Amino acid sequence: MADTKENLQLGPDAFKHVATNTQAQEKIAAPSLTFSQDAIRRLKQNKFALISFWILVIIGIVALLSIWFSPADPNRQHLAYTHLPPKWGNLNIPFINGYRNGIDMYAKNGVPKGTYFFLGTDYLGRDMLSRVLVGTRVSLFIALLATFFDLTIGVFYGIISGWKGGTTDTIMQRIIEIISSVPNLIVVILMLLVFKPGLTSIILAIAMTGWVTMARLVRAETLQLKDQEFVLAARTLGESSTKIAFKHLIPNLSSTIIIQTMFTIPSAIFFEAFLSYIGIGLPAPTASLGTLLSDGQKVLQIYPSELVFPAVVIVVLMLAFNLLADGLRDAFDPRSDNR
Amino acid sequence: MVKYVLKRIGYLLLTLFIVASITFFLMKLLPGTPFNNPKIPAAQIAILRKQYGLDLPVWQQYLNYMVGIAHGDFGESYQFAGQTVSYLISTRIGPSLQLGVQAMIIGTLLGILLGAIAAIRKNTWVDATATIFAIIGRSIPNFVFAALLQFWLAYKWRLFPIALWDGFSSSILPTLALAMAPLANTARFMRTEMVDVLSSDYIELAKSKGESQWQVVAKHAMRNSMIPIVTIIGPMAVDLMLGSLVVENVFAIPGIGQQFVQSITTNDYPVIMGLTMLYSVMLTVVILIVDILYGFIDPRIRLSGEGN
Amino acid sequence: MATNKPAEEPILSVKDLKIDFRTFAGPVHAIRDVSFDLKKGETLAIVGESGSGKSVTVRSIMGLLANNAHIASGQIMFHDADILKKTKRQLNAMRGNDIAMIFQDPMTSLDPTMPIGKQVAEPLRLHTNISEKKALAEAVRVLKLVGIQDAQERLKDYPHQFSGGQRQRIVIAIAIINHPQILLADEPTTALDVTIQAQIIHLLKEIQEKIDTSIIFITHDLGVVAGIADRVAVMYAGKIIEYGTVDEIFYNAQHPYTWGLLEAMPTLETNSDRLYAIPGTPPDLLDPPKGDAFAPRNPFAMQIDLEQQPPFFQVSPTHAAATWLLYPGAPKVELPPEIKRRRQIWETQFAGKEAE
Repeated sequence: MADTKENLQLGPDAFKHVATNTQAQEKIAAPSLTFSQDAIRRLKQNKFALISFWILVIIGIVALLSIWFSPADPNRQHLAYTHLPPKWGNLNIPFINGYRNGIDMYAKNGVPKGTYFFLGTDYLGRDMLSRVLVGTRVSLFIALLATFFDLTIGVFYGIISGWKGGTTDTIMQRIIEIISSVPNLIVVILMLLVFKPGLTSIILAIAMTGWVTMARLVRAETLQLKDQEFVLAARTLGESSTKIAFKHLIPNLSSTIIIQTMFTIPSAIFFEAFLSYIGIGLPAPTASLGTLLSDGQKVLQIYPSELVFPAVVIVVLMLAFNLLADGLRDAFDPRSDNR
Repeated sequence: MVKYVLKRIGYLLLTLFIVASITFFLMKLLPGTPFNNPKIPAAQIAILRKQYGLDLPVWQQYLNYMVGIAHGDFGESYQFAGQTVSYLISTRIGPSLQLGVQAMIIGTLLGILLGAIAAIRKNTWVDATATIFAIIGRSIPNFVFAALLQFWLAYKWRLFPIALWDGFSSSILPTLALAMAPLANTARFMRTEMVDVLSSDYIELAKSKGESQWQVVAKHAMRNSMIPIVTIIGPMAVDLMLGSLVVENVFAIPGIGQQFVQSITTNDYPVIMGLTMLYSVMLTVVILIVDILYGFIDPRIRLSGEGN
Repeated sequence: MATNKPAEEPILSVKDLKIDFRTFAGPVHAIRDVSFDLKKGETLAIVGESGSGKSVTVRSIMGLLANNAHIASGQIMFHDADILKKTKRQLNAMRGNDIAMIFQDPMTSLDPTMPIGKQVAEPLRLHTNISEKKALAEAVRVLKLVGIQDAQERLKDYPHQFSGGQRQRIVIAIAIINHPQILLADEPTTALDVTIQAQIIHLLKEIQEKIDTSIIFITHDLGVVAGIADRVAVMYAGKIIEYGTVDEIFYNAQHPYTWGLLEAMPTLETNSDRLYAIPGTPPDLLDPPKGDAFAPRNPFAMQIDLEQQPPFFQVSPTHAAATWLLYPGAPKVELPPEIKRRRQIWETQFAGKEAE
């Protein structure tokens, strides 16, 4: 152990008594962060989540702007221009120079100079870029509505079920059990058979099934919160149930809700694409990522680009939402200690 | 334990009854049957309606249908005259089951491996790669993946048959396409569980015994993180059922998934109802088996089950 | 009480250990220059409140530090070899064989899915070439030794089938099955009921005699220390601030922090109807204070305490304290009543002995 320092010389001043100040000691050197600040800090450190977020913002803006600034009418057929490869101006770079198998397809089909299709055209000569943009918009729109239903039906169903408890809870849980004992896509398909295929039916169908997971999670969390002191205190003070739900439950449920919402979005996008792909989703000629993929699949062996472009868009969308969701979950979950 | 299982089976039957009823009445609501074709003479339609029992009052049809279901009789297909739904399903379920089981085995095994490796090498490039792989697997829709597999491995490189159901080699690509989602989900789940387990006290104690990292993982961490994997077998079964709808179509495999899509497009209601019931039965039974199985493999639950 | 062990070579010697933890806010200086020796067969208690660095110290001896820990300097000599320089393989060979550890929470430190017989036999199977059957037989013997009487019948039982006290006995059985030279006990009684605590401490003493091992006993409870330790080291804010034999610490403590701990300990002799609590909280080790870390909570603090870290002042060959109060020129302070009472016991009972 350390040696005694014999040669130390100290004056009497050194031994003046000082008043202790325990208050000053309480200062904490690390910056103090609230729960959400800490979550945001962790989210910002997650590069994938951050990049995903910005990619989604960009895709969203582009899809929105394409309502007014579409490069071409997505539904205008031009039978002379079918299956054109991508061409970007006069750039002579393979794959985007308008050549296929060494032949200038644009010249061959008599496309006037100055007319380009950045992503080529489909089997009816429609501009792929415009169609992909419309498809993205449709997908995002469906995702937005799915989120809306998740937040309204799912959250309230869960809160009511968990908060009321007793018979109400039992009945509500039985209903959920029945809904979830049929694969939800089959429920959706049955819905689509009853209503006519189309955007409204798809959204209705998703609305009827998408909220189940959210309701389950919210109920479980509500059950836990219900017994906690701050909620008991609010009840004792005579606050109404509605007020407690908005003032105490929802803020505490927010991380669960946000994370689950982020997982709902990619599955809604997938649903639409899936349904349109097997031919019971959006009817022709509406462009959606699903119908584009379905059309692309038919000509995959000859014109792979017609599948690849919508595929890339849907994969990027799903990937970005999944990464952001994962990032949010890690950021909000105190158990994960990614410093 | 027996009491619990009986109670669960009771609930299961109740659920299936409700599902069957709802399906039945939904089908009654449907606009049009295959017999609405204006080209078919009215007299023939009347005969057809009688043949399929559609002239009876709805409650009578419902009763007949329910009694039929109880005997495993789902009626006759509209599309394939003279074929019962049960027969149609029985001829087509083989490929679907084979694909499903193969995909589930590959998906879980690889998923467990990938998730475990990611957790052990947490916060390294290995973890990042495995996680990204899993997320990509979750993000590529299975029909896109199936189409790409078919294009590259079968059409371009000629490694596998492009489509149809002819021997084991033709099952490889569809199995891979189907296995993607379970693989990705298992990997993600396994990683989370394993990370949790690896930071637990008993792992610390195992290390303090002098076990190397691999011994700790093999003897303690793997088993403890794999037990909860059982709980995602249910959702995985759903994934596989849905996946089969598109994968069987892409690869033209004569399974129930392809049949389902076909029936939807041709309004073959008896088959749709039959398959909906089949999917529900499979799903509920899988969930029941998983719950019971869980009690057997987790010693903590096993004991409390005996106690009750 | 204070058995005078022959002054032999220490079996374990920690020198100038400094450990930082990297966090998002910067490095936390968890261990700041810690040195101590452990002699063969003795029990050294390390006492301190949570966050004082005592657990980090024993974990560094086991080579079981968290990933974000960084050993800034120091060495831990065990039989002429520095543990901090050992390879993974060497560490594995040492852990559970030469040095074993008993954990704090018996409820979570056993593998819930493995029968306890297998868990107890595991260290034997790892470090020797014994057959499974023989290892299990030995496990039964050790389980009986730690007080699980029906060990043979319960080998196949799982941890959740045992009570907390029994589980801690099993954890101890795992630690001692290879007759380690050093046992590190990290608050082994904290998670247990008070009645069970005494049993476990008694058991540890018994085992120490049977297998002739040295023990480092970590605790925040000075009351527990009296029953088990030969020597005591008091830690505060990542430093040892006083060390000595049990009697020296209990009856002749020199550091105001040790006084505070003693005052906060309820005894039969305590007359006051209120229990003393040391005011304030320990310093934040992200930014450790310049002088004596305890100064801000110290009612006897002096100017120098705020400016300069006190060195160790030797009180006896076995006793030293790092406080400026021991500086030759420092003023005498009025001791708190409880400490005064203890000093009187010291003078009447031990002062004579010392002279011999």
